Amino acid sequence: MRVRKGKVVIFSLCIVAILAIIGSTTKWVTDNLTLGLDLRGGFEVLYKAAPLEKGQKITPSILSDTADALNKRINSIGVTEPEITVEGTDRLRISLAGVKDPDQARKLLGKPAVLEFRDPSGKKVLLKGSDLVQGAAKQDYNSQTNEPVVSVKFKDAKNYADLTGKYVGKQMPIYLDGKELSSPVIQSRIPNGEAMISGNFTVEKAQELADLLNAGSLPVKLTQLSSNAVDASLGQDSLHKSLFAGLYAIGFIFLFVIGYYRLPGVIAVITLISYSYLVLLLFSLLDVTLTLPGIAAYILGIGMAVDANIIMYERIKDELRSGKSIPISTKSGSKSSFITIFDAHVTTIIASAVMFYFGTSGVRGFSVSLLVGIFVSFLTAVALSRILLTLLVRSNLLHKKHSWFGVKEDEISEL
Amino acid sequence: MNYKFDFVKARKWFFLFSLATILLGVVSLLVQGLNLGIDFVSGSRLEINLHQAVDKAKADAKLEELGYASPNTRLAGNDKELLIFRTDKALSKEKVIQIRDAFQKVYGKSVAVNEQTVDPIIGRELARNAIYSVLIASIGIIAYITLRFEYRFAFAAIIAILYDALFTISLFSIFQWEVDLVFIAAVLTIVGYSTNDTIVIFDRIRENVKKENPKTFEALSSVVNTSVQQTLVRSINTVLTVVFAALALLIFGGESIKYFSIALLIGLISGAYSSICIASQIWIDWKWRSLKRADQNLQSAE
Repeated sequence: MRVRKGKVVIFSLCIVAILAIIGSTTKWVTDNLTLGLDLRGGFEVLYKAAPLEKGQKITPSILSDTADALNKRINSIGVTEPEITVEGTDRLRISLAGVKDPDQARKLLGKPAVLEFRDPSGKKVLLKGSDLVQGAAKQDYNSQTNEPVVSVKFKDAKNYADLTGKYVGKQMPIYLDGKELSSPVIQSRIPNGEAMISGNFTVEKAQELADLLNAGSLPVKLTQLSSNAVDASLGQDSLHKSLFAGLYAIGFIFLFVIGYYRLPGVIAVITLISYSYLVLLLFSLLDVTLTLPGIAAYILGIGMAVDANIIMYERIKDELRSGKSIPISTKSGSKSSFITIFDAHVTTIIASAVMFYFGTSGVRGFSVSLLVGIFVSFLTAVALSRILLTLLVRSNLLHKKHSWFGVKEDEISEL
Repeated sequence: MNYKFDFVKARKWFFLFSLATILLGVVSLLVQGLNLGIDFVSGSRLEINLHQAVDKAKADAKLEELGYASPNTRLAGNDKELLIFRTDKALSKEKVIQIRDAFQKVYGKSVAVNEQTVDPIIGRELARNAIYSVLIASIGIIAYITLRFEYRFAFAAIIAILYDALFTISLFSIFQWEVDLVFIAAVLTIVGYSTNDTIVIFDRIRENVKKENPKTFEALSSVVNTSVQQTLVRSINTVLTVVFAALALLIFGGESIKYFSIALLIGLISGAYSSICIASQIWIDWKWRSLKRADQNLQSAE
């Protein structure tokens, strides 16, 4: 039979194009991946929001206000992209991946930072943190004692002047989150709206309070339910180890399919390379945060993606053994295997969808990775592999070459 | 393949073996339970990487010095460079920093600490969600297989899946391996993936039943045997490629996913076994019984 060169050329062009696209853009794709905190270090904490005062209700809008305030606090220490998500009805999960100094971030997060200036009895609140000029709080020193203090400024200078005028010679205690910081005696009416907060601070503590006041107080009380801190060096170590494991896994799988399935095995390898690339591309386009379980699922996914190839090739081999020609076997084999592959994958989709619904961060990353993998494998291991194999078969290049499919001549029965 | 193994004939042995392993697992679960990780109980877990082989006695002494009487520690990592320290009470961040600093003084600045603290509420929720997940996933799978095949296939598949899950959990109980949050992910993956194999075999059984229309038990068992044999290479090869991946994760993947990989490996192998030796065999017994009943009904009607 005459070899149809056109089909061979198209086949070769397909392969060259696939490899060229992957080769030239892989770096761009991997650079765009977002790594989770378990891979680059960082800190994650889950808080439960409780009312600050009796009668206050935790509503979605209060939670989102809290999230905004937390975001401001985190930004104040220069951490970019904090991930704050509301979970359930009263929970906030804060994820700070790549944070250099998790200790500093943690100190800032949980405190409500409600600042109050009270009357001499300590009962009536005269002024609150929300009356301060935003961003004007700063760490300073008391000019007389050289003690670290926080200087603040009130928005309504006249009101402040009137209040200080009223309490000259008396104390105006300052409370933070219900605890008395200090109880300065008002020496004279203060006209410029400026106040100084002292409280036996160290320089760091004063700076911390200034940051908190600038970011604003939280409308709720947060209690920590769980936390997870990963050291940056250990995160990187995990990343390297899992990538290394991935390379070994892929290497073994490639050797195995080529050794067992011969020519279709080579096509499986090409579809697997496309698969690995497309999944990563989708991760970066969908902005999926890649976690360690996510990478594990990615690697397992490669092993599972071959399944579709294997089911198809075994089916084709069955048809070849029954004595059908290569083109007919390829056609009927890939057709009848499709529904099996489909059925087999639906159950994994069901399991990963359930995992996504019930899971929290780590498990969710795993299920997303698994789901993306299954959908992509339909494209590569089913569609792409069928297109490539059909092209090659139609070219007549494989005419009567059963051994290229790993089928021995003596296994073939007469029709 | 010249030698053809009669899977159906050996099914009583498979049932016996499966029941025995499950019984062993249940006994272990009742007697010693599971070694629950920090995700399911409250407290703190520190993973202290000392970047050198740790002397457990020395490390314990260090922790006792800091006021933790008989600390719950174990060593991990390929070079035993990880010290895992667990407390029943949550450690404050100041305490964690204190511990890190104390170890840095002895083992140098490179000492790094991963810390995890969990409140009991969360642990209980996670455990509850895990059970819900497995149940809902099972119901979903039953529904799908019933829709695409028949209910006998669906229930046979689910028994096989539950066997895989229980077998994996049993081994974790017997060897007291730590069960953490990703373990649930591993079990659910097994639940989803082990059905793949079962479906491939069932698909073939259905096709062959249609072709042969077996009327006697011999004919039915020959259909099941042929179907299993026809799909055997496929079943083994599909599992093998995933096993390669799980093995690579186990050997090279590092401490954090070690038990996850072990769980997957056990589940994958068990999944291949249960598809052939449990799911298909339960189906044939069930199917034969209903064929016989239909036959009797027909005769009594005459």
